[in-house]
Amino acid sequence: MTAVDVTAIAKSYGKVQVLSDITTHFPEGSFTSLLGPSGSGKTTLLRIIAGFVIPDTGRVTIGERDVTRVPVWARNIGMVFQSYALFPHMSVADNVAFGLAQRGVKGEPARREVQRALEMVHLGGFGTRKPKQLSGGQQQRVALARAIVTRPSVLLLDEPLSALDRRLRQEMQVELLRIQRESGLTTIFVTHDQEEALTLSDKVAILDRGRIVQIGAPAEVYERPRTRFAAEFLGDTNFLTGTVAEGRVSLPNGMRIATASPLPTSGAPVTLAVRPEKITVAARDAAPQDGLTNRVEGTIIASLYSGTALTYEVDAAGQRFKIFAQNRDAQPLARGAAVTLSWSPDHTVPIEDAP
Amino acid sequence: MPADAASRTPPTPDRALGAVPSAGLRLPSWLVTLTMLLPTYAWLTLAILLPLGAMLSFSFMTATPLGKKEVAFTFKHYRAFIDQPYLIGVAWTSLLIGLWTTFLCAVVGFFTALALARATAGRLRETLLILVILPFWTNGLVRVFSWTMVIREGGFLDLLARSVWPDAPSLGFLYSLPAIILGLVHGYLPYMVLTCYIALVTIDDSILEAAESLGARKWTVLWRIIVPMAAPGLISGSVLIFVPVIGAFMEPRILGGPRGVTLGTVIEEQFTQAFNWPLGAALSFTILALVLGIFATFSGVLRRSSSL
Ligand SMILES: Nc1ncnc2c1ncn2[C@@H]1O[C@H](COP(=O)(O)OP(=O)(O)O)[C@@H](O)[C@H]1O
Ligand SMILES: [Mg+2]
Repeated sequence: MTAVDVTAIAKSYGKVQVLSDITTHFPEGSFTSLLGPSGSGKTTLLRIIAGFVIPDTGRVTIGERDVTRVPVWARNIGMVFQSYALFPHMSVADNVAFGLAQRGVKGEPARREVQRALEMVHLGGFGTRKPKQLSGGQQQRVALARAIVTRPSVLLLDEPLSALDRRLRQEMQVELLRIQRESGLTTIFVTHDQEEALTLSDKVAILDRGRIVQIGAPAEVYERPRTRFAAEFLGDTNFLTGTVAEGRVSLPNGMRIATASPLPTSGAPVTLAVRPEKITVAARDAAPQDGLTNRVEGTIIASLYSGTALTYEVDAAGQRFKIFAQNRDAQPLARGAAVTLSWSPDHTVPIEDAP
Repeated sequence: MPADAASRTPPTPDRALGAVPSAGLRLPSWLVTLTMLLPTYAWLTLAILLPLGAMLSFSFMTATPLGKKEVAFTFKHYRAFIDQPYLIGVAWTSLLIGLWTTFLCAVVGFFTALALARATAGRLRETLLILVILPFWTNGLVRVFSWTMVIREGGFLDLLARSVWPDAPSLGFLYSLPAIILGLVHGYLPYMVLTCYIALVTIDDSILEAAESLGARKWTVLWRIIVPMAAPGLISGSVLIFVPVIGAFMEPRILGGPRGVTLGTVIEEQFTQAFNWPLGAALSFTILALVLGIFATFSGVLRRSSSL
């Protein structure tokens, strides 16, 4: 139960710069996800914190202790791997007891701790089995029990759920969150699944080509993406590119869009991001709703039905919009229908990087 | 009636066994099976059962059946260890050689395989593996004789020592048990390297990393994780080495000289010099029985410990 800090971390393999200038604070007891596409450097950052990779520059501190040069075995970490990495020649109980034995905890006290950890992951009766006699989900629970039984300073997980099927993954997410809350361990969780990251985390750090492009609470990074990459990686987004004029953004087709966020000076180019589910789509003659002061007119060019939701594509004077609507109306809007799109300036977010 | 029976058999097994389904004549499935297995059994009979059977029958004869002597049935060759007590000493020597060779091969072979599997990557690893296996591809006699050049008094070993220290006493140890063991280890090491290598490359890096993350130092990882996981390789390598080493005769004869009297050389003498095939055969079968007995005991122990 300690805060973890990485400061000015850089790492390259040969000519490939894998991580550049990573500085982040992982607060005590928090659950932080490292989220990014494959190859963005998530695993490398996690392995630097664990000690398997030595950074070219920068520092890693766990609590007050600078561990940059400390070997893995002396860092007091718990680690869970995608491949479970259980010791196949040991029983489940011996697997869990391994870390305790390294700390000199043996005999009856060790047995009690092991049993407690196994019960925490609902595998109280499985101690005598061999790992290969368990299902994938059960094996990953053993791995989790093994990692937390030693009360590590930090729990590191590298895509621990991606080998499981969808249903099991969702169950395990709930379990993982419960165990993390109960144990209060500072947790760093690597994933490439944005939904998983948003569901589990106190904080999400989005990595793009070896840099953390944004870090914040799930709602914050989702609602207020700072870059085009962050916006796209966390879900679908409509990008509206124009120039600032009289406190609004005017698009090439003449539309003027309002945003609640501060804008650069007049004449500057700017890109706005609007999430598809924030836009209300209504037949042209419907009454306008309060607060949704951004209104544009368009025509439905595609309509996708998927049970609970509908996805519309709308053309508004050359600007394409994607819209997610709940399947609430008696009759979904048909292709070719003339519609009005409206959304709030609060949900219109200028993004920082160039268009 | 047989044709009837054949047509009543369900079509699937026939097809599964590879019979031509559309041929007018349909063979009964047992015949198809038999035809397919015949080459295997013929080979087994020719290569193993016939020679072994011949040897087994020789071992019960009073004399080699190729001579002019009268041949009768006897058990006396199986009493050789009682009638000729010096054979017990010979067996002890063979056992010592077998155990030392196996042990040294296990230690050297395991660490060589570990270095191959862990410390190197790609092309280098393949090249090193071939170098390790090279003794396999050299003629055994050449291999053994080249050792005599190295370890005899005034041989290469001494030359090397005296190039450092001119007054060095001779380090030559030709015609001794260590010389025999050296030759055998050299010849049989590749078995151990290969079996251990195969066991070691299947160990996922993340398993070792998991152990390290739990606080285990390199040495603990080696003893608690790597060695137990490589145990199947160590065991099969030991079996592959111990059995032929017990019966080896070339290395003891050439490198052991007068000290090199082992079961292997005694048996070989019966066939090539004493012309006492029955005794040679009986001794071979005695060793076979002993070795099988040892492995039966061991495999029982192993199975019990691995099922825990
Ligand atoms: N040991 C290594 N040697 C060379 N390149 C590596 C090594 N480890 C990672 N990389 C490279 O670093 C980049 C980031 O890898 P990684 O941290 O595993 O990304 P992620 O976990 O986000 O998929 C990749 O391009 C990968 O090829
Ligand atoms: Mg990864």
